[in-house]
Amino acid sequence: MNITAFFKWLESFDLSTAIREGESLFPWLESIHVLAIVLVVGSIVMVDLRLLGWASRERAVSRVTAEVLPITWIAFAAAVITGVLMFCAKATTYGPNVFFLLKMGFLAMAGCNMAFFHKFTNRNVEDWGAENPATPQGAKVAGAVSLVLWVCIVVFGRWIGFTM
Amino acid sequence: MNPALKQMLNSVCVWIDSTALSQAIQTAAWVVPAVQTVHILAIAALMGSMVMINLRLLGVTGRDQSLAAVSRRFSPVIWWALPVLLVSGIILITGEPARALKNVIFQWKMLMVISAVAVTFYFTAPLKKNPAHWDSRGGAGVAVALVSSTLWVGIIFAGRWIAYF
Repeated sequence: MNITAFFKWLESFDLSTAIREGESLFPWLESIHVLAIVLVVGSIVMVDLRLLGWASRERAVSRVTAEVLPITWIAFAAAVITGVLMFCAKATTYGPNVFFLLKMGFLAMAGCNMAFFHKFTNRNVEDWGAENPATPQGAKVAGAVSLVLWVCIVVFGRWIGFTM
Repeated sequence: MNPALKQMLNSVCVWIDSTALSQAIQTAAWVVPAVQTVHILAIAALMGSMVMINLRLLGVTGRDQSLAAVSRRFSPVIWWALPVLLVSGIILITGEPARALKNVIFQWKMLMVISAVAVTFYFTAPLKKNPAHWDSRGGAGVAVALVSSTLWVGIIFAGRWIAYF
């Protein structure tokens, strides 16, 4: 099955059709998607700024992440669910859209950056900020990379709407 | 809406539309999505901070810190994000005045923005004089958190729905 056929198949579901042709389902999904991404970015930036040592320096990194990341994950789940539903409704339009593809690519990069950070850099996290607010170089890089990637993800997301 | 008011709103839209700035925004296709992106990033900074303050008010997170400390950390972000939202919003209105000003959802959004800013001020102002102000007012603090969360979610939803009315 080629990719266009796959996109057409996604669009053929009753739910996809209902979202595409309904009066208000699509804007409701968009609204939740925007709220979710706003919370993902708003919360992840707090962690990034702490890793960079630019904010919340009086709190240990582990404290900041314990407080903030649950918000990030719940919001991210909501963004994925609403995003998948909107994609299925208009798969043949989104699938080949260059900004959509860039957004997915940057999301994957943000995921890799986070996975690398948790697997390697984060090992001594308990030492950061307990007495000494400084973070190691690797953590600063992870924070900066995450910050740039998430800003780009928002940019690409907004641009999808103007290229359809 | 009152016909006289409607007429006035119409002429305001026509006037804005005729200005050089509005024409420039309408001509350069990248301006609206770029400014919308800034608008979304600013609301992200504001919402993130709002959530941290409200979760502390509800006693869900940050209980090892005083409410005043959490507010000191996060309320400046809100006061910085608001002018960014205002300026980016004005640019967006300038580019498409009728789409916004005549839109009932936009009008509701502005009403909610004014209320949300008032609630935020009502929450932060007394903390400057007395950091323990909200500590003895359990129920009132919870009410502030719920009202402000509802208003900001409503504002974000309204922002998206402007495009559909």
